[in-house]
Amino acid sequence: MSDVVKNLTAEEVEKQANFEKLANVIDLYSGKEGCLIQVLHAAQEIFGYLPYEVQKFVADNMGFSVSYVSSVSSFYSFFSTTPKTKHDVKVCLGTACYVRGGSALIEKLQELLGIGVGEATADNLFSIHVTRCVGACGLAPVVVVDDDVHKQVKPGDLAGILDQYRGE
Amino acid sequence: MIIKNVQDLKLVADRYNAEFGKYEHTVYVCGGGGCISSKCQATKDFVESYIKELGLTDKVNVVFTGCMGTCAMGPVVLIEPERIYYVHVTPERAKDIIDRQVVKGEVIEEYTFFDANLQKHIPCIDDIPFFAEQVQIVLNKCGKIPFDSIEAYIAKGGFTAEAKAFGMTQEQIVDEVTKSGLRGRGGAGFPTGIKWSAGMKAPGENKCIVCNADEGDPGAFMDRSAIEGDPFCLIEGMTIGGYAIGAHNGYVYCRAEYPVAVERFNKAAEIAREWGLLGKNILGSGFDFDIELRIGAGAFVCGEETALMSSIEGQRGEPRQKPPFPFESGLFGYPTIINNVETYYNIAEIINKGADWFASYGVGRSKGTKVFALAGDVINTGIVEVPMGMPLRKLIFEIGGGIVDGKKFKAAQIGGPSGGCITEKNLDTSVDYESLTSLGAIMGSGGLIVMSEDTCMVDTARFFMQFIQDESCGKCTPCRIGTKRMLEILERIVAGNGTLEDLDTLEELSHVIKDTAMCGLGQTAPNPVLSTISNFRDEYEAHIVDKSCPAHVCSALAKYYIDPEKCRGCTLCARNCPVQCISGKVKEPHVIDQSKCIKCGACQANCKFGAVIKK
Repeated sequence: MSDVVKNLTAEEVEKQANFEKLANVIDLYSGKEGCLIQVLHAAQEIFGYLPYEVQKFVADNMGFSVSYVSSVSSFYSFFSTTPKTKHDVKVCLGTACYVRGGSALIEKLQELLGIGVGEATADNLFSIHVTRCVGACGLAPVVVVDDDVHKQVKPGDLAGILDQYRGE
Repeated sequence: MIIKNVQDLKLVADRYNAEFGKYEHTVYVCGGGGCISSKCQATKDFVESYIKELGLTDKVNVVFTGCMGTCAMGPVVLIEPERIYYVHVTPERAKDIIDRQVVKGEVIEEYTFFDANLQKHIPCIDDIPFFAEQVQIVLNKCGKIPFDSIEAYIAKGGFTAEAKAFGMTQEQIVDEVTKSGLRGRGGAGFPTGIKWSAGMKAPGENKCIVCNADEGDPGAFMDRSAIEGDPFCLIEGMTIGGYAIGAHNGYVYCRAEYPVAVERFNKAAEIAREWGLLGKNILGSGFDFDIELRIGAGAFVCGEETALMSSIEGQRGEPRQKPPFPFESGLFGYPTIINNVETYYNIAEIINKGADWFASYGVGRSKGTKVFALAGDVINTGIVEVPMGMPLRKLIFEIGGGIVDGKKFKAAQIGGPSGGCITEKNLDTSVDYESLTSLGAIMGSGGLIVMSEDTCMVDTARFFMQFIQDESCGKCTPCRIGTKRMLEILERIVAGNGTLEDLDTLEELSHVIKDTAMCGLGQTAPNPVLSTISNFRDEYEAHIVDKSCPAHVCSALAKYYIDPEKCRGCTLCARNCPVQCISGKVKEPHVIDQSKCIKCGACQANCKFGAVIKK
């Protein structure tokens, strides 16, 4: 039976290392008041999303119930319980982007990728999201892929923008 | 080094100015949020390496600054001492600018700012109306110094107000702020001095001072620009505030969508700690103060002060019933004072130059300046700071350069989801708290979205209501259910299924929500609907009675036509029509059968001759 412990897959090893990282973060925040949201940010940074086991780990290590942690994480739009795709394509629908034609970009993206908002492509390469205002209103409408802000995007530009990320 | 007193500040300033004075030229590259998206980092890296390559590092200084203001024209570069302002500066253009402007002193006019009103390039920044009409108090260092240099900040007079404040009593500071007439820049416009006075008088050893940097109003990006461009000014303003009310702990609550602001503020706070400007016994005053930044996680309601406190405490960002007010029992139960980012940016100048100087700007009960984020269908989108009382027309048409593509102005939406719209007939309104409120809009935090004739006001009202529905925290019934009902009615109207009674119901619901919702978010949520109904009732009626959308935005009401003059009979539209409702012979104009058309727009998207018209 001890062999089972030795024969961890690469994925399991990574997961274990991630939990250790998270434990360190929680340690760092110990003694400070009200740091649950900051810890959840760190957890999402490490794991890419907040599945049940991560929320449970946070709860157990910070002295909360899992339901409490879940009540907080589900309140905020930034926290996600579904795995990330390789590239997140986020269309801003803040007022300026909306006025400058943001919704046409969503329609075109759905057509190009064959998926709806909040869905992922079968190869897990892209997902489409509507994002809250990113504060780039002077460049509206904007599309944010991962952390890159693409400015003054027209529906016709989208295919080219997606191609930039396909090769990576 | 550790700064212990005013003499140390002067020493740092003199040393920095002497160093700076050695250079013959300074190249300022904008590192504001807009320019970052326009890849200004590449421009800056190129300029630095090219200056090195030319062996000019002793003569030319390269400074990476915060936002200069003209966000749509990035990356932008300013060359001193000539003060020539270049736009869209790619690395290729930067090479020309260094070769010709910096080395030979030759202005490259075609790369400089183009003024849409005057229809010409204006090379010198001081001659450009966009800049010349502004009065900068809040942004007086933003875009003019490297955002990460505490020495540059001190050289521009930074931390002298703090030193002066430490020589004053708490009452004197609060009095000065009260006398200045400064009002909260986050939206509601509550007098800052009165708020601070309550904080000062609140009993307790532990108090907190908080900066609201949640800036959730979609279309607003002033606070982001201020923090990213001049983070030390926020530290100084909050320190003075902390000293005035007797708080030793400061918190900045910044939204998660602003990673650059978070990074730059945290770096600045770290530097301030190293220099003894945060921490124990600041400037030898015996006053201890530190600031921690907490990141939000994407909830509009957290801009409301009690919800914001819940979020800093790590809870769901739901508002709390007032009283108790934050100054009585706020963050972690301690007396707490919360101000907006921009409010803190006024403090240092008020202390340094006095309340009377500050109050000399503005009109009536609105003193000082206001920073606006100009966006939407306006030519010069970006960040501007103007004295209170400037007519809206001047702000949009002179500073903003007017409407894009020669379109007609329709409305200016001010105050975001809590605000309202100002129409053509009120364009000469003075921009101040009272005038805007009397028109059914609000000053808000400063998001100003300009809308052209291509914007449907009913759809805009629907857009804001959708936003509120997504963001309502659900704690109180009027906001949770009332706004849902309002959204359903608006959706019905834009789909062409509305009735005239719906307008009465919308107004009735609006008043009930305004009167009964628990927090500011809910109480102001109906404003965009009330404002559009009162200003654009005809547009609502066109949707309801005529089943048409005058701006041709609402797709359910749109009809597609083929212009026989433009149609070449290429058949592309007919082949792409999913319901085969387009007929016509090759090389002859085609016709759409309106009874079968599903208004998908495929014909228009595919037409190469612009012959398909939506109306």
